[in-house]
Amino acid sequence: MISAKPRKYSTHIRESFGDRVFLTFVYIVLAAVLLVVLYPLVYIVSASFSSPLAVSSGKVWLFPVDFSLRGYEVMLGDPQIILGYANSLYYTFFGTLISVLLTITVAYPLSRPKLYGRGFLMFFITFTMIFSGGLIPTYMVVKQLGLLNTRWALIIPGAVAAFYVIIARTFFQLNIPEELAEAAEMDGCSDLNFLWKIVIPLSGPIIAILALMYAVGQWNAYFDALIYLKSASLQPLQLVLRSILILNLTVSGSVDAATLLERRELADLLKYTVVVVGSLPVLVLYPFVQRYFVRGMLLGSIKG
Amino acid sequence: MIPDMLPKTLRDRLAVPFKSGSASTVSMYLNRTTIWKVAAKSFRRYWQLYLIMLPALLYFIIFKYIPMANAVLAFKDYNMVLGIWGSPWVGFKYFTMFFNNPVFWTLIQNTLGLSFYALIVGFPIPILLAVFLNEIKDGFFKRAVQLVTYAPYFMSTVIMVSMILLMLAPRLGVVNVAMREMGMQAINFFGIPKFFSSIFVWSGVWQFSGYAAIVYLAALAGVDPQLYEAAKVDGASRIQRIINVDLPGIMPVAVILLILNVGSLLVVGFEKVYLMQNPLNLGTSEVIATYVYKIGLLNSNFSFATAVGLFNSVINMILLVLVNSFAKRVSDTSLW
Repeated sequence: MISAKPRKYSTHIRESFGDRVFLTFVYIVLAAVLLVVLYPLVYIVSASFSSPLAVSSGKVWLFPVDFSLRGYEVMLGDPQIILGYANSLYYTFFGTLISVLLTITVAYPLSRPKLYGRGFLMFFITFTMIFSGGLIPTYMVVKQLGLLNTRWALIIPGAVAAFYVIIARTFFQLNIPEELAEAAEMDGCSDLNFLWKIVIPLSGPIIAILALMYAVGQWNAYFDALIYLKSASLQPLQLVLRSILILNLTVSGSVDAATLLERRELADLLKYTVVVVGSLPVLVLYPFVQRYFVRGMLLGSIKG
Repeated sequence: MIPDMLPKTLRDRLAVPFKSGSASTVSMYLNRTTIWKVAAKSFRRYWQLYLIMLPALLYFIIFKYIPMANAVLAFKDYNMVLGIWGSPWVGFKYFTMFFNNPVFWTLIQNTLGLSFYALIVGFPIPILLAVFLNEIKDGFFKRAVQLVTYAPYFMSTVIMVSMILLMLAPRLGVVNVAMREMGMQAINFFGIPKFFSSIFVWSGVWQFSGYAAIVYLAALAGVDPQLYEAAKVDGASRIQRIINVDLPGIMPVAVILLILNVGSLLVVGFEKVYLMQNPLNLGTSEVIATYVYKIGLLNSNFSFATAVGLFNSVINMILLVLVNSFAKRVSDTSLW
């Protein structure tokens, strides 16, 4: 975790009264922040585990009322959601793979001081962060490439983020000493060999951070899918969630009359359940993964 | 090293070390050969690296720079048959159309309003959070606060907006249920235009403050501990220490983030706004990005939408450059 001041009190200096009051105030404020952030999360999860009736009559506010797994039974069996999950997994996996590959292959060469044109190329890339052609022009390019309504539309147009190229390049500059590269060159090691056998193994942290940043971005994205896709079978999870939660198109299509009636009653409960199911990967992986994000932020802000 | 076939005068010239700044044509020629020589040497030596850079560079050309060129569409009457480059030139027709459109001021107001609101509220809060977190000692509570406040950042926009919708729902939402318990009337939060900006901004604070605080905490971690010791020895109270050591310590990072924020004042992100819009609150919730989407992609009014988008991009760039120069003048830190 981040801590700023190592404190070792061999001789404890008594804090003034004003300071202790302030410190208490700080604790109170932070506790309040904790509760404010935590409450919505707890509430939604509790509601999802409650009975349909309790939710529909607005009885749930903090803890589950009439504990029930009904919502989940229906939800996890729904084909639309499962398809959304599968698609998102696909996009996230391949999208992240391609993005990380492209980012590293452009950031590493730009980190070598003697590479001619690195300044220009860096400006070339960074300029895209300042100015962009806009929605329509980009859409036209995607259309002309025939990528509309294909899986590639969600992977290629957003493949490389200039910001991450900067972070990656900074990492390589700080961690791969030029002397090492020159020594390898003198030993007859080609640039690609050097990259593959020496740089990559040393680049664990940056690869992890890039992969995580890109993966989270891919998993949470819905805009590209919104504008580039038409077929329902290609939809990532976020788009499915949107149609259920925001467009109120209740859970999917072809079911018989009895199930449809039941769905009506479940409609309110289902929304809470869908939110939880939709955030499930994040909630589960987050504790393990947050450490790397913190490190990523450190890297990013050092460059800043 | 100097080829014998060259005339003697040239050989003598080349034998002398090159002096930069001389105006003669020979030295201009020498300048070009030197640059070209350096470039060629680099290409020869690093050809593999240049090679692997190609795919990513191609990406930037195709998906970033070609769209910039396509933006010229804003000045033309787009004709599907003739394509972008064959379509007739109309100059600023669509820009004037946009400026004269009554919706123009509403868009600017909404977009800028949301951005300013978000900036004024959302900028200080992570700083305060980081500074407070820095004051308490390490331990379970500190870690818990960091962990919990950081978590909402990872939720997708769809999930986030859904949670807001659920909690503010007129009949079932916790907020309205609580209000009814207290005897107040239920409010349809999403149906009332004037609530839109507050819902938008404060939910953003809820979601992103923890994440932003991490950046500031990292900066605070870099502050020299001796400064704290010195302040304590000088008898500074906690508050005084915060004002005099913490805040100056994070000033560089804060300035950078501020520049980035101001530079994107006209870029209210499409995703969240679009999900929160409904016919009732459109008066305050329609921003430039959503307008471009609707006019351009849904109504296929390509030239007009491109003009609006181009206007947006240009203003952003100007803002960014202005704020950056200002920051450079006023402090030591700037983006470039």
